[in-house]
Amino acid sequence: MTMAAVLALAVGVFLVRLAGPVMRSRITVSERAETLMKRSAIVVLGALVVTNALFVDGGFAGWSLPAGVAVGGLLAWRRAPVLVVVIAAAATTALLRLAGVA
Amino acid sequence: MSPRFLPERDRDIYRDATAMSIGICIVGVSFGALATAAGLPWWIPVGMSLLTYAATSQFAMLAVVLAGGGLIAGLAAGVLVHLRHIPYGLAVGDLYWGRWWTRLLGTFMLIDQSTAFALAAGADRRRAKTAYWVTTTIMFVAWNAGTLIGVLAGGFIPDPDVFGLDAAFPALLIALVLPSLKDRDTLLAVLAGAAVAVATAPFLPTGLPVLVALLGLLATWPRRGRKAASE
Repeated sequence: MTMAAVLALAVGVFLVRLAGPVMRSRITVSERAETLMKRSAIVVLGALVVTNALFVDGGFAGWSLPAGVAVGGLLAWRRAPVLVVVIAAAATTALLRLAGVA
Repeated sequence: MSPRFLPERDRDIYRDATAMSIGICIVGVSFGALATAAGLPWWIPVGMSLLTYAATSQFAMLAVVLAGGGLIAGLAAGVLVHLRHIPYGLAVGDLYWGRWWTRLLGTFMLIDQSTAFALAAGADRRRAKTAYWVTTTIMFVAWNAGTLIGVLAGGFIPDPDVFGLDAAFPALLIALVLPSLKDRDTLLAVLAGAAVAVATAPFLPTGLPVLVALLGLLATWPRRGRKAASE
């Protein structure tokens, strides 16, 4: 890999990041459009949760990962602080792996 | 005016973001160490983290290139997994679309976490702005510090999975997204979108399933007319 490749990725990623706000600034954003855009981002984040929890490189991730995420999700639903949610999720997955669960 | 140097009211944001940064730092260490172990000069991973600041894109490109896939394919993979930032930018772009330099910096620093933290602030624009800048700045420092440590650590490659860090990220997103799910339409769209993503993930290249998930928005389509009428 060369510095040119590094710069190319940096530029490509920057342009992707730029696309959203530029599109936004071109239009007058109605309240409904605002709601829809926020909802879209939440949908993507939600999909990121399930794909990250269940898959690694397109295959099933094994049980320890979704189990940890589920524990975190349950705590979040019970209104535990973000910190508790994250640490509990990581700890659950780490302990399950330590115990030999895939 | 309240003193800006004492972040009393947003203390939870600083605390949560700092805690998150430990995990990001360790992932950064593994990125730097992996690249170095593969024989790349130190300035490649360091330059990538500094200029790209996109963990999944960097890992994706590195993986393709190291597997012998070539630079163009690596570049394509890196940009593809990044496309989810288009809806992110649409949703939170107005938070930094002020002066030219906040536009530049804000665009450069758009990541999953800054988007999620900003959206979790809901209608509170001031808090959303603070959440965006605070989380992304802390993550930036952690990511680059981690990469540097990984490069310097040489042969030692930590496996973030041992610490369950791969579970920490989705759990964080759940906690941040949950308040938005009180809205019934959003909940419906998210559930439908998640189902689409899971169904397509085994077949589509990484990065696409979360975008196809946007089809989940259609789940709320018939409800919109009725809702608008009742308002």
